[in-house]
Amino acid sequence: MELHRTNYDLIGKPTRRVDGELKVTGRARYAAEYPAPDLLYGVIVSATVPVGRIKTLDTKRAAALPGVVRIFTHENVRSAAWLDRKWRDEVAPPGHPFRPLHSDRILFDGQPIALVVSDSFEVARDAASLVRAEYELGDHCTELEMKRTDAYDPPEKRSGIPPPPSPRGDAEEAFERSPCRISSEYRINAEHHNPMELFGTTCVFEAPGKLTIYEKTQGSHNSQGYVTSVFGLKSRNVKVINHYVGGAFGSALRPQQQLFFAVMASLELERSVRVVLTRSQMFYIGHRPDTYHAIALAADETGRLTSIMHDAVAATSHYEDYQEAIVNWSGMLYHCDNVKLSYSLAKLDTATPCDMRAPGAAVGVNAIECAIDELCHEVGIDPLQFREINFASKDENTGKQFTSKALMSCYRDGASAIGWPKRSPMPRSQKDGHELIGFGMATGTWEASLMKATAQAKLTSDGRLEVSTAASDIGTGTWTILAQIGADALGLPLESVTPRIGDSTLPASPVEGGSWTAASNGSAVLAACEAVKQTLFKYAKTMTNSPLADADYERTVFAGGRIAHDGDHARSLSIDEVMHAADLSEIVESGKASPSLLQMRKYTSYTHSAVFAEVRVDEDLGVVRIPKIVCAAAAGRIINPKTARSQILGGVVMGIGMALHEEAMTDHRMGKIMNHNLAEYHVPAHADISDIEVIFVDEADDKVSPLGVKGLGEIGIVGTAAAVANAIFNATGRRVRDFPITLDKLITETE
Amino acid sequence: MNRFEYVRADTIADAIAALAQSAEARVLAGGTNLVDLMKYDVAKPSRVVDINRLPLKEVADTENGGLKIGALVSNSDLAWHPQIVKRFPLLASAILAGASPQLRNAATTGGNLLQRTRCYYFYDSSTPCNKRTPGSGCGAIGGVNRIHAIFGASESCIAVHPSDMCIALAALDAEVEVEGVKGRRLIPFEQFHRLPETTPERDNTLEQGDLVTAVILPATDFGSHHTYLKIRDRLSYAFALVSVAVGMTMEDGVIADLRLAMGGVAHKPWRNKVLEKTLHGAEVNKASFRHFAEEALRGAKGQGQNDFKIALARRTIVRALTQAARGTPQDQSDKTFR
Ligand SMILES: Cc1cc2nc3c(=O)[nH]c(=O)nc-3n(C[C@H](O)[C@H](O)[C@H](O)COP(=O)(O)OP(=O)(O)OC[C@H]3O[C@@H](n4cnc5c(N)ncnc54)[C@H](O)[C@@H]3O)c2cc1C
Ligand code: SF4
Repeated sequence: MELHRTNYDLIGKPTRRVDGELKVTGRARYAAEYPAPDLLYGVIVSATVPVGRIKTLDTKRAAALPGVVRIFTHENVRSAAWLDRKWRDEVAPPGHPFRPLHSDRILFDGQPIALVVSDSFEVARDAASLVRAEYELGDHCTELEMKRTDAYDPPEKRSGIPPPPSPRGDAEEAFERSPCRISSEYRINAEHHNPMELFGTTCVFEAPGKLTIYEKTQGSHNSQGYVTSVFGLKSRNVKVINHYVGGAFGSALRPQQQLFFAVMASLELERSVRVVLTRSQMFYIGHRPDTYHAIALAADETGRLTSIMHDAVAATSHYEDYQEAIVNWSGMLYHCDNVKLSYSLAKLDTATPCDMRAPGAAVGVNAIECAIDELCHEVGIDPLQFREINFASKDENTGKQFTSKALMSCYRDGASAIGWPKRSPMPRSQKDGHELIGFGMATGTWEASLMKATAQAKLTSDGRLEVSTAASDIGTGTWTILAQIGADALGLPLESVTPRIGDSTLPASPVEGGSWTAASNGSAVLAACEAVKQTLFKYAKTMTNSPLADADYERTVFAGGRIAHDGDHARSLSIDEVMHAADLSEIVESGKASPSLLQMRKYTSYTHSAVFAEVRVDEDLGVVRIPKIVCAAAAGRIINPKTARSQILGGVVMGIGMALHEEAMTDHRMGKIMNHNLAEYHVPAHADISDIEVIFVDEADDKVSPLGVKGLGEIGIVGTAAAVANAIFNATGRRVRDFPITLDKLITETE
Repeated sequence: MNRFEYVRADTIADAIAALAQSAEARVLAGGTNLVDLMKYDVAKPSRVVDINRLPLKEVADTENGGLKIGALVSNSDLAWHPQIVKRFPLLASAILAGASPQLRNAATTGGNLLQRTRCYYFYDSSTPCNKRTPGSGCGAIGGVNRIHAIFGASESCIAVHPSDMCIALAALDAEVEVEGVKGRRLIPFEQFHRLPETTPERDNTLEQGDLVTAVILPATDFGSHHTYLKIRDRLSYAFALVSVAVGMTMEDGVIADLRLAMGGVAHKPWRNKVLEKTLHGAEVNKASFRHFAEEALRGAKGQGQNDFKIALARRTIVRALTQAARGTPQDQSDKTFR
């Protein structure tokens, strides 16, 4: 798209969230907060065994409670779509999507087996606790370790996920003849998203077959598509609203259980129904899969990488082949001629994993970046210097050029912010009181994608602009950046722009994921605004006695609510004048964004970062503190430095969680997660977080997207856990390869 | 969920009567534990007796120079009470090491004593647990038991008592004042909580109809030779993996008196009074503390995932003794363990 000059008055300025006031005053409504007349409440009953068949499901006592309207089970639910593919949502991995209440089979612990519907939430919950199931148990396995030998290459690849690149050079041979080598195995335990907002759906029954659905989702269109396909409804009769989403981190990319249940019950009972999952139930709707990483690296004496081998095994469910790009990063982070990467899956009796912030990269880059640190130690080279020496100036997996890669600036600025020269190359050599001090670093990367997205812009004669696209804002700041983009495109103040998102009736948008929303929906909005400008200009030019009659579009400016000759601002017209003269109350145009296939043949785009951590570890007690983390990111143009910084802060905190705290504790005998609540599933508390410094280095990129934007939702987590782990090694001399690094792993007396 | 009768008691006698009538009656104080357990379908009281209107919110001096703390004094009020801050800083410190400010505002002294274990299985009613459902088995043995006991466990139960406050109270030789159908009595702190043995469903020695009315602190003065050192899986808002409360008096650089209680290791605060005496008259040095810690962990038994607690407890004891001897108690808002 050729761009008319966009102002950069608001784009690039730290801007308060346009939805901030609504949120802090509680007026922003979330899915489970919408009122509806005669609302019914559904409570899901979950299975308590991992594998088997339901022998009996006793609902008598529950049904007898006054106020219970209906109890749905596999025995009485009317069949929804029969064909597997009807259940496949936009981001579904290959396999057979889970169908709630489809049969008596239990595929994972926590699987929903019934829905109790009542006119009060309390009665529904009470009744749900009275439903009794008896099972015929099957054999189960929830332990990845046990299934590693059965790991397989997924026959059908997940769309959008590149399989590992084919080997280049001869990694094994290069490994053998290299003087410096390491080989080690990493394990990163399964993690759960735990967004603050519980998963909820309020399904408003408008008429038979006609629904308005308030839903916690990262994609209103994805949920709408799922509902119409599963229940055979017409698109125009199903409206999905997700104005505000209280965090999701990937867990709301796919339609979750509560959506199915709310809609099913609503259609059956012809009433409005709300279903909200409990915190515990949210542990069974997808998670970051458990992974093992066998890594072997080699270098010459000068620190040049000679061989990279990374083999990952990741867990999936028995019914779907969930896939991520885990090892691919290892082939492109650094220059290396001999690379061999492999990735396989192993089936466990759990729910299917799902995308969680930087899926694939968060674990894959973590493992390789720890291994790189091991290699640096082996070679005896400074880890920062090593990364500079082995800098990859093109994507060596594909041979393509990067549209931009200001990673060197990240290394430089990040190192100076943390005070990298303070680091001693000798582990265990810095101490203050009981605390060992260490510094560590890692590289981070994430793809910068542009997805197909559409938008609409509506300019009214009062000089107000409305920009709309069915994007979602999961806390990322989408509301605000779309307003900024619209305002700058037409030269209006921020207050004159009303963004509209979170509604399936708006122009189509992909799910909010992959860090592509700012680039994709932002570009679509910009294109729609561009179309409005052109229309407006056309009318301006043809107005009688127009001061712009001889104007050339390329040489006009849109600013302060006026269109003017560049260089001669006296010759100008206000938006209002033009629209009045043309007798228009509004101008409505659409726009779209899509990747340029031509460009994609030659170029590839990634966001990069350098993460530096300072840690202090109590030598006797193993307690880890992180006084400072620096994340320096190269992410193209930063539209809103304020919300962008928040994204990085959140990513870094989650990275600290991966490094030190987060893990599903599973009783493999029972096949059950035991810490399914926020008291025992530990995420970092305030006390665990000290100074986090976010740096955005300058990175001009005229190819990645029309705005030069790359996206920031995931990059903050990538590399963070590795930087922390590497700092812990530097502090203590202990290399913990099993994440999270809880204190017991630092005090064991065996090492 | 479970249907229950709600009774609000206006007098202590009413409360006791309401409790005595039904074996499944439960006291509601701050509710931070009981209500959670009811939501999880773990506690299923037939009757909930709300005691929040009872006159048990005072902290008063006792005749022999101690303090009497009403059962309804909130954890926050207690931790910041001027008499506690001045005379029992060990207790204040232990309270502030626990939970979060919001929880401490709601939680009461009596409730804290009677809070139940955080064993994962106890909380998940789809798993076996002898404490929740006597006779169903113990899920934690051979299972996920990172947070479980290394002392005093039985074949029926390996749970720990999760309170921080109680560890300080044990070190302080507090007494629990109880009123019941048979009248008023005082229970020495070490006899208040019990070991699981074959009846883990009983956490303590209270009888049906008993109401905790106060906790009584004897006059003690450790000066600044005390500490509460809590080690956990994150720097705040997590239960203790191991904690150590120490109160010490020193004379001429020598330990004159020592109390040491461990938390996170057993079904009750863990003290070894005989061992404590061995440090009386001892010089302050690392070797004697190490030796003490070694002895203190004698007989400790790991359950698999919690084996590390034995080494951790030893080290925590050494550090806590050092902090107390030096007169540099652990500051609960500074996460450096000096
Ligand atoms: C997320 C979370 C984290 C926490 N972290 C910590 C921590 O780190 N350290 C820590 O020590 N604690 C922690 N707690 C526990 C907290 O301290 C207890 O929940 C609280 O002290 C209980 O007090 P309450 O008044 O709310 O008790 P309630 O919930 O009202 O009652 C608890 C039990 O005591 C009984 N009871 C209450 N008062 C009396 C009485 N006077 N006589 C007889 N029986 C009575 C009740 O019947 C009930 O069985 C945490 C709690 C939560 C939820
Ligand atoms: S340790 Fe005690 S509380 Fe935990 S499962 Fe066993 S019996 Fe229940």
